[in-house]
Amino acid sequence: MLRLHPFRYHRPGTVGEATELLANFGAEAMPIAGGTDLMPNMKHRLFTPGHLVSLNRIAALRGIHLDAAGARLRIGATETLADIASNPLVQQRLPALATAAGLVAGPQLRNMGTIGGNICLDTRCTYYNQTEFWRAALGYCLKKNGTVCHVTRVGKKCVAAHSADTPPVLIALGATLVLAGALGTREMAANDFFVADGIRNTRRAHGEVLAEIRIPLAGPRRRSAYRKLRQRGSIDFPLLSVAVVCDFDESGAVERIRGVVSALGARPRLLSGWDGIAVGSALDNGVIDALAERAHAQCRPLENAIVDAEWRRAMVPVQVRRALREVAVLPPKGVSAMRPAR
Amino acid sequence: MEVVRLRVNGDERACGVPAHYTLLETLRYGLGLTGSKQGCDKGDCGACTVIVDGRAVLSCITPVWEAEGRGVRTVEGLGRGTEPHPVQDEFDLNGAAQCGFCTPGILCSAVAFLERNPSPDRDRIRAALAGNLCRCTGYEKIYDAVEAAAARLRDR
Repeated sequence: MLRLHPFRYHRPGTVGEATELLANFGAEAMPIAGGTDLMPNMKHRLFTPGHLVSLNRIAALRGIHLDAAGARLRIGATETLADIASNPLVQQRLPALATAAGLVAGPQLRNMGTIGGNICLDTRCTYYNQTEFWRAALGYCLKKNGTVCHVTRVGKKCVAAHSADTPPVLIALGATLVLAGALGTREMAANDFFVADGIRNTRRAHGEVLAEIRIPLAGPRRRSAYRKLRQRGSIDFPLLSVAVVCDFDESGAVERIRGVVSALGARPRLLSGWDGIAVGSALDNGVIDALAERAHAQCRPLENAIVDAEWRRAMVPVQVRRALREVAVLPPKGVSAMRPAR
Repeated sequence: MEVVRLRVNGDERACGVPAHYTLLETLRYGLGLTGSKQGCDKGDCGACTVIVDGRAVLSCITPVWEAEGRGVRTVEGLGRGTEPHPVQDEFDLNGAAQCGFCTPGILCSAVAFLERNPSPDRDRIRAALAGNLCRCTGYEKIYDAVEAAAARLRDR
């Protein structure tokens, strides 16, 4: 039995009321939507807010629709992951996002969890996502209540892993996020939203609410893929995730390509050097191998998850190749034992 | 203590609870509905699964206030009187329960799933029950039971 600490629960009907409550209660308040990340974390005493401000009764935070020009898809932040994964518009226009949303956790958690919550998911680490009793026995850790990082042992920087499935896809797609606060709203690129600090890895200010996700759409020559490595296909967080978005020209050559690798460090990594390798070429096996090698060189996971970091690193080029072959519409090569469950 | 008003299995119920209670704690310790089980109590195992507005959710990580004004169904409300729900009946006929601790949650996941997907294949049944852990059965008899129940519900 894991009991919650005492708190007050607020159910505002508008974004303005929500941000006002958050501003009034200051550091004592936290927003909550699906609660699938925050509630277990509160049961572990990782957060003990005196006030929870629910976003679930705010109609303005819902909806999945095209903007007036038909150039962007707009998703309200409290749309559930289950609804996004099964939405025909998302499936047709942003299939990698539907895949990623459908691979988050298990069915009940996708029925509850929202895309906004997934984007704002707290970072995770073997030494952090534990009960109060467990963490106290170890003298706590750098991320919460302690001064020592048990992963790096010497480091003064928290290396808890960004563990959400939708942000790598959103970054690869060039999505922007709309944040609402007591002083107004602001919009920023998904790639700029995350910072490489495991203690708090987003630029969402305290009291701000993630309101909407805006995703630019492309024509039929864009292809995308998302792959997730995890222990159990039925429920787990990613040990490694890969998102790839590629635009092809009329001849079938790569016009623009973006790859994102995540679940290794505190923020998703937008891979560098890919355009130089692939633009102007067909996405054939040689180019795919070169891109995978380039990804491998940029990724150095630490022992922040229960699975061996060297093995996770060795899986980077494997998963990147599989994602690229999906995008290139090449048949899968070899045995695909870690094929994610759909 | 505050009064929360819930519609549980078709009944309007009111109950005094501390403001930080979960839906599961309210069902079990406020309303005496102990069919929904407290397993891991942190959203991993699925034993606390109930149906809220037609969707299977985890009551152990649902703040009770989120269930106010919505329809809650628990294992106690799946059958009618002494008549079990076809999924419950097929669990019995197929030997799909052993210790039974996971069973109420699996029944709720299965019923919510079959109401939206009357003709699922076995893979879809497996995916729908992926959020419910069972340490006894090895799952095969559970899938058998849900498959049989789906056929019965279609014929009804």
